[in-house]
Amino acid sequence: MNFGVENLTCRRGEVTVLAGVNFDVAAGEALILRAPNGAGKTTLLRCLAGLTPPVAGRLKFSTEDVAYAAHADGLKAQLSVEENLQFWADIFGTKTISPAVETFELQDLLSRRAQDLSAGQKRRLSLSRLMLTGRAIWALDEPTVSLDADNVARFAAAVTQHLRQGGSAILATHIDLGLPTARTLDISPFRAILQDTPSDDPFLDEALS
Amino acid sequence: MIALLRRDLILAIRAGGGFGLGLAFFLILVVLVPFGVGPNSEILSRIAPGILWVGALLSCLLSLDRIFQLDYEDGTLDLLATAPLPLEAAASLKALSHWLTTGLPLTLAAPFLGVLLSMPTEATIWLVTSLALGTPALSMLGTFGAALTVGLKRGGLLVSLLVLPLYMPTLIFGAEAVRRGAEGLPTSSALLFLAAITAGCAALLPFASAAALRMNLR
Repeated sequence: MNFGVENLTCRRGEVTVLAGVNFDVAAGEALILRAPNGAGKTTLLRCLAGLTPPVAGRLKFSTEDVAYAAHADGLKAQLSVEENLQFWADIFGTKTISPAVETFELQDLLSRRAQDLSAGQKRRLSLSRLMLTGRAIWALDEPTVSLDADNVARFAAAVTQHLRQGGSAILATHIDLGLPTARTLDISPFRAILQDTPSDDPFLDEALS
Repeated sequence: MIALLRRDLILAIRAGGGFGLGLAFFLILVVLVPFGVGPNSEILSRIAPGILWVGALLSCLLSLDRIFQLDYEDGTLDLLATAPLPLEAAASLKALSHWLTTGLPLTLAAPFLGVLLSMPTEATIWLVTSLALGTPALSMLGTFGAALTVGLKRGGLLVSLLVLPLYMPTLIFGAEAVRRGAEGLPTSSALLFLAAITAGCAALLPFASAAALRMNLR
């Protein structure tokens, strides 16, 4: 699915982090965000996912089409792997969890509680959730953290398959996934120079200047 | 939608979920009162409606900060906010599961605890009715308070401060209904007020809670 943004300004808390972001991603294409820590990759992804409304500019897609995967795994420690997946499948109205289980090879872990998984296994479970959303745009924040080389390859294969089916993706990552149709975007130039937006309080502005 | 309710109930029942915490607190509070006030059954039966209602209110408070905080900390809340389920529905379901794990058990246990406070038997039916009508409002107000403070460290204390004043009308009409029932006076006006508070909360608070969550997730 095609998606893009036009002159987007996004904010994290009270700080305007990015301004004037423009990009377009075609169906079947992945956009890799590269920038130093703190440049605003997470802020941009949260904005695309609809968690923080843009301050200015336009999203040329519906946030209903975005599947977001954050730093946090979003797993319930007391639930088993199967229960965790089934919950998200029910929320997204997906009938079966088996494609997600097979792609990330979670068969042997199904009955294990999420609290007993290793960090890498938790990550795999968390990423497999994306396949249950049935959404066309994947917005992934550091998806490969704590994955070993084999599982990075497995994840790259899952993204490639998603792209081949006409989906698209935007990833913040520091490693090379070897995706065939990936473009890289450096968002450092979009960093907002003005760190603080003027507040509504004229007295406060005066005191600060 | 049922999935979220089912998950919350399972989480409440499994280890560390806090189910029964409110009920145990209620029980201990009610058992302690006769020790503090003395075994004079006349005084006890006069203060029983108030004690039972205050006890229900305080044990409701105990589990409020868990409603959204755990989901916030492990990242589930972000994912829920981007899911097809509207946040308004999520907030209503959270309030419902809170009521099912605290308000409902309290309502069912209250008649037995009324005996401990030598509450007049004719008041028992009114105690159960008033709790059944009033405790859903406590859960909904509590969910709103929890939504306002989600993301704050040690937000639990703040929730109590925010929510307790909002609990006042429910407490007043709830205890009044039981007191009137115990004295054989008509209770319908107090119960109607209770029902009105609960209905108003059900109509308005899911939207307020969802708006508070959206603000806090930014």
